Amino acid sequence: MDSQLIAWILAAAQGLLFIAAAPLLAGWLQRVKCHLQNRAAPSVWQPYRNLRKLMGKRMVLAENASWLFRATPYIVFGATLLAAAVVPLVAVHLPTAAIADMIVLVAFFALARFFTALAGLDIGTAFGGMGASREMMVAALAEPAMLMAVFTLSMTANTTNLSVATEYLLHAGLVLRPSFLFALLALAMVAVAESSRVPVDNPATHLELTMLHEAMILEYGGRHLALIEWASQIKLMIYSVFIVDLYFPLGIATDFSAASLAIGVVAVTAKLMLLAVLLVVWETVLAKMRLFRVPQFLGFAFMLSLLGMLTHVVLETGI
Amino acid sequence: MSATIGTPLLLTYAALACTLLSGAVSLLAVRRHPDFLHFGSFLFLFCSGAASIGAGGWALLANLTVTDRFQLGLPWLDWHLRIDPLSGFFLILLGTLVVAISLYGPSYTREFGRGAAAQPLPPLGVFTALFVLGMQMLLIADDALVFMIFWEMMSLAGYFLVVYQHQHAANRHAAFLYLLLAHVGALVILLSFGVLAAFGGGLTFDLMRAAKLSPLWATIAFGCAFAGFGTKSGMVPLHVWLPDAHPVAPSHISAMMSGAMIKMGIYGIVRVSYDLIGDVRWEWGMVVLIIGTASSLLGVLYALMQHDLKRLLAYHSIENIGIILMGLGLSMIFIGSGHKMLGTLGLVAALYHTINHALFKGLLFLGAGAVLYRTHAHDLDQMGGLIHRMPITAFLFLVGCVAISALPPFNGFVSEWLTFQTALQAPALSDGLLRTMIPIAAAMLALTGALAAACFVKAFGIAFLGKPRTRRVGRAREVPVGMLAGMGLLALLCLLLGVFPTTMIEAMAPITQLLVRESLPAATAQGWLWLTPISPQVASYSAPFVLVAIILVFGLGYLFLKRGAEPTRRADAWDCGFGHLTQRMQYTSTAFSQPIRRVFRGVWKVEEHVETLADAGSIPRVTSLHYSVHTHDWAWLRCYQPIGRMVLAAANRIGFIQTGNIHTYLKFSFVTLLVFLWIVS
Repeated sequence: MDSQLIAWILAAAQGLLFIAAAPLLAGWLQRVKCHLQNRAAPSVWQPYRNLRKLMGKRMVLAENASWLFRATPYIVFGATLLAAAVVPLVAVHLPTAAIADMIVLVAFFALARFFTALAGLDIGTAFGGMGASREMMVAALAEPAMLMAVFTLSMTANTTNLSVATEYLLHAGLVLRPSFLFALLALAMVAVAESSRVPVDNPATHLELTMLHEAMILEYGGRHLALIEWASQIKLMIYSVFIVDLYFPLGIATDFSAASLAIGVVAVTAKLMLLAVLLVVWETVLAKMRLFRVPQFLGFAFMLSLLGMLTHVVLETGI
Repeated sequence: MSATIGTPLLLTYAALACTLLSGAVSLLAVRRHPDFLHFGSFLFLFCSGAASIGAGGWALLANLTVTDRFQLGLPWLDWHLRIDPLSGFFLILLGTLVVAISLYGPSYTREFGRGAAAQPLPPLGVFTALFVLGMQMLLIADDALVFMIFWEMMSLAGYFLVVYQHQHAANRHAAFLYLLLAHVGALVILLSFGVLAAFGGGLTFDLMRAAKLSPLWATIAFGCAFAGFGTKSGMVPLHVWLPDAHPVAPSHISAMMSGAMIKMGIYGIVRVSYDLIGDVRWEWGMVVLIIGTASSLLGVLYALMQHDLKRLLAYHSIENIGIILMGLGLSMIFIGSGHKMLGTLGLVAALYHTINHALFKGLLFLGAGAVLYRTHAHDLDQMGGLIHRMPITAFLFLVGCVAISALPPFNGFVSEWLTFQTALQAPALSDGLLRTMIPIAAAMLALTGALAAACFVKAFGIAFLGKPRTRRVGRAREVPVGMLAGMGLLALLCLLLGVFPTTMIEAMAPITQLLVRESLPAATAQGWLWLTPISPQVASYSAPFVLVAIILVFGLGYLFLKRGAEPTRRADAWDCGFGHLTQRMQYTSTAFSQPIRRVFRGVWKVEEHVETLADAGSIPRVTSLHYSVHTHDWAWLRCYQPIGRMVLAAANRIGFIQTGNIHTYLKFSFVTLLVFLWIVS
């Protein structure tokens, strides 16, 4: 019973670490990006300051805002939190990992998006509707590509549980699987689209017409906005950890001893920092696409994961 | 064998008696006592629904199979009745919807008796009762004769309900199409029973079960049954009647049709293929899977283009039937390839989705009816802002939207997740084609789910959020408490079935025991908290945790963020500094679905109309612009219309024998008689 208790405490600690570290990742991303683009960089703690400022502000709501508008930030944050609880950050085998598998993880994001889009329509301005409409279109194309990539992985590992899959890959060692490469590429492309990054969306834009995600939440302010921004930082971190876990699981703790946990923390920090640098290079090199190029981008991601699955069926199952 | 006292079958008889009484009350209380009609008729309907649930629940939970026999009608054709866990399950589904509409109905039908376009109410009550009676009886039928009689009763009563508001030409047209396809379907079902009866040597289901069919004849029987029952369920490409018929019926009838009637098709497919034929083949599963995938994807894509709320919901019924068929198809593939446990999982997923769809689609149609009741608006683009005027209806409708979009922690998600889990076991199969096809079908299911979410963001967002687009909608009031109770019951069940899937799957074990002699012990082995369809290592989902976590976040947010904060201020929305936002600047449903229309162009035949009015000044200036989009169904244009034209042309060709002269007709009759006598002799 004791080990059960320790496991649950560790799971809670990991979840807290997840939400606490997410703004740091965003800050690091911003800092590297500024350096790369020859701009003066803000401190890596800047996202925390922004959140604190927003939390302390007086709430202003649009005239037409209903209860749904007020409830949405909490639903979004709750769903993202649940997703974070499932993803193994430092250690596998945590009891929270059993709450949901990868398909449910995708569904948590869908739940958050569903309510964000509704909140966009709630005020009754054109921007909200535009954001909601575009976001749902992008999501409709990204979700099947994402699940297809997940299916490819889960067919190899014979599980959709993220923790079990990570452990399987850790023990499988460095085997070059073509299906994994395809799925990795697809997953990375979807992750870019889903966490509203260039070239699908631009998180830093201030032009209403070019926004997708930001257009939906244009009317939010104060603690509501803080929760939504925090949730989107957590979402970015979840996708990063997801990719890192599945493709470079080296270093993640498989038991709960202090040493392996410490190694786990160091390993995941290093890997995330590296991944962030890659993302920054990607965002600096590419320009934002026109909206109707996005379906081609995501269609390509879908084809890649389909190819991955076919190679799995053709090449890898005979073994 | 005769029934002993206290069997679930007797309770079903009580339900049938209540249904008949409900019809009789409607018939007798003509004009003089409309209130008596509203309450008496629906009271009996309520009792009938409750008795159905009781009987079905009894048969299902106690795993009872009871048969009975009546001597009615022709002397050598007894009526065989039987209740078993499968029919019990569908009786529960039917009973729940009947209870919900009997709470909803008294207030809702009052509207029909009012105003200039007042309708006589007795036909509505009588045909509702016959409609329900048909479904109750066909579920307990144990021979093909009784089954077909009550199948027809359901279809015909449905016709009169669809055509109830017959002053609109569109309703008459929809009803005719419904009647036509219902009969084509019934004929094909009859053929299927014919094959089974010929091999079994009799019309009773017992003889059919015992019959040994060659694979070819079994496939023919299955094919006929699948086509016939699929027509009733609205699978692509036999779906064209459904989006016309469901929206024009009164809303509580739409709920019954979409929730219960099309499920009778699923019941028929399951009954004939798993029970009567018994020996399921994987090739059938392939066909069912492909048609299911096509139905779900096309259903949701067509739904996205609709701006009539009830029509949108009707297209979603096609989508959900597709998802159910995908589960059934997977189940057949696995059972046919010798993986009984996985086949059982697919069957459970399909049946789970069947009851889920009945609940949330019933809820959504009742919600659409509530909007219609207060605003008389069919078109989404006339609604808006109803969340302020009808907050409880809006909340309940939102529950339905979240459930149908397959989002946790509601019920739609559980059954779709189970379908995904079944599909992901494809590597267990030895056939490479199947191993590739099934994950692609699963990806299509993912696409369907995401598009459904987009569609319900549109439906809820345009109808209930934003600002009212017409004055009448802006003045709407909340609906009476009875209507709310009907919707609330279904919404509650949506949540319960979403949060306690393990309980539900345990309860469904007798059905799978009956049909495939297998159940899913692994799914519930980890306790009620964890749903683990195959094993905890492969996949797990804990819906109670999800619900608790979301509630917890709400509570903590309230506690930490709200406390001590300054009171909220209200201000104008951001208008880019131009000022004066009007409700006409909001996104419409057509605008909302434009990106998807563009991405998936070619799926529909899209007609755009732009009407501009310019004033004739020295500089021409557009004063008014009207833009509208119509999407047409390719199946209708490319398949049904040519058939219709061919039938008409053929009728014209042979029209010359219609001389209008009685002598000619007598001559024809005489020649026909002679020919028959010659054949017989």
